[in-house]
Amino acid sequence: MYSQGLIGSGSENEESEAFLARFQARIDAEEKIEPNDAMPLAYRKTLIRQIGQHAHSEIVGMLPEGNWITRAPTLRRKMALLAKVQDEGGHGLYLYSAAETLGVSREEMTEELLSGRAKYSSIFNYPTPTWADIGMIGWLVDGAAIMNQVPLCRCSFGPYARAMVRVCREESFHQRQGYEIVMTLAEGTDEQKEMAQDSLNRWWWPALMMFGPHDADSSNSDQSMLWKIKRFTNDELRQKFVDATVPQAEKIGLKIPDPDLKWNPEKNDGAGGYDFGALDWDEFWRVVKGGGPMNRDRIAARKAAWENGRWVREAALAHAAKREERAATAKVAAE
Amino acid sequence: MATHLTPLWEVFIRSRNGLNHKHVGSLHAADGDLALQSARDVYTRREEGNSIWVVRSEQILASDPDKAAETFEPAADKVYRHPSFYDIPDDVGHM
Ligand SMILES: [Fe+2]
Ligand SMILES: [Fe+2]
Repeated sequence: MYSQGLIGSGSENEESEAFLARFQARIDAEEKIEPNDAMPLAYRKTLIRQIGQHAHSEIVGMLPEGNWITRAPTLRRKMALLAKVQDEGGHGLYLYSAAETLGVSREEMTEELLSGRAKYSSIFNYPTPTWADIGMIGWLVDGAAIMNQVPLCRCSFGPYARAMVRVCREESFHQRQGYEIVMTLAEGTDEQKEMAQDSLNRWWWPALMMFGPHDADSSNSDQSMLWKIKRFTNDELRQKFVDATVPQAEKIGLKIPDPDLKWNPEKNDGAGGYDFGALDWDEFWRVVKGGGPMNRDRIAARKAAWENGRWVREAALAHAAKREERAATAKVAAE
Repeated sequence: MATHLTPLWEVFIRSRNGLNHKHVGSLHAADGDLALQSARDVYTRREEGNSIWVVRSEQILASDPDKAAETFEPAADKVYRHPSFYDIPDDVGHM
């Protein structure tokens, strides 16, 4: 509702020094920026890109788990998984609507995803060949998402922050149901335990990559911190995630697949934390740029959903138009 | 056929009786019935409310944030609208 006709027509398109300083002062004072407020074009563009990518990640994120809904081992697991996947669809919709307040349309965002111009989280380009992967996604992938999303609840852009509050409220169930699946397997037969360990071996490193490149290599990071879109750097969040997750693995007798993992009492200003091994950034960039094992499948699935839903969208619009027309004729007849 | 954009709706939810409907976000739907149905699925999966309003986004008129200063400023110099403006002896008691 906010943005119709706003883009490019704002009275403050002149980005003078004084305008930028005034904007930064509002940010520094922890004021929230709302959609109709004057904002630098770069701030708007950064948010459109980030919220769009975030929304796409939620939507594409339904696919690896959706793969197991019909094969969940019990009714309890199936109900939980269905509810979780539905939540992820909801997260995508909250986020698309937050991005739309900045003047981008849903159709444009969808088009960008389908054409491959928009990115989404690299993690969803890995396959889910075993049931343990569903547990691992909930535990690690939702766990990493929570680390990322909790600080976003304080993001300077109001609609994004509000969407994140809703999302975060729903995420903790996702992580807990995942951990429960992994825990059950880890306490099961040798084969089940092995399945859980194998899944952890495959997902650990991609989960760490979810936080994005190292701070030194992250081009947008400084500006986003200055604008209080981000509150922590990629490396800070990654460290928090490792420190929180390693004890959870130990608790259920699984081994983190990192020979360099070591407790370091000096870390985190003396509070202690884990040193961990180097990430394979070549793999990260390959997967982000479309070379992961499942990139093609994911986009093909989204395209099919869009194409197969076309007649429904068109029929619904035609029906709405017809009803409106009939209502108008009836009104005239009654006068 | 030209692609028609599916209209945008703003969603308001009352979390329980006695409270106002509150804006929660927006969604796309071809008509009001579908908008209400989607709003239920998207915004009330965990008993977030017992009543939903949907309004076509284009129907909402908003005040201009660039004019916020002049629109809302006059209220600041009308201190006589506040109870603390009036001097009443303490021993009158709570008033
Ligand atoms: Fe999510
Ligand atoms: Fe989730």
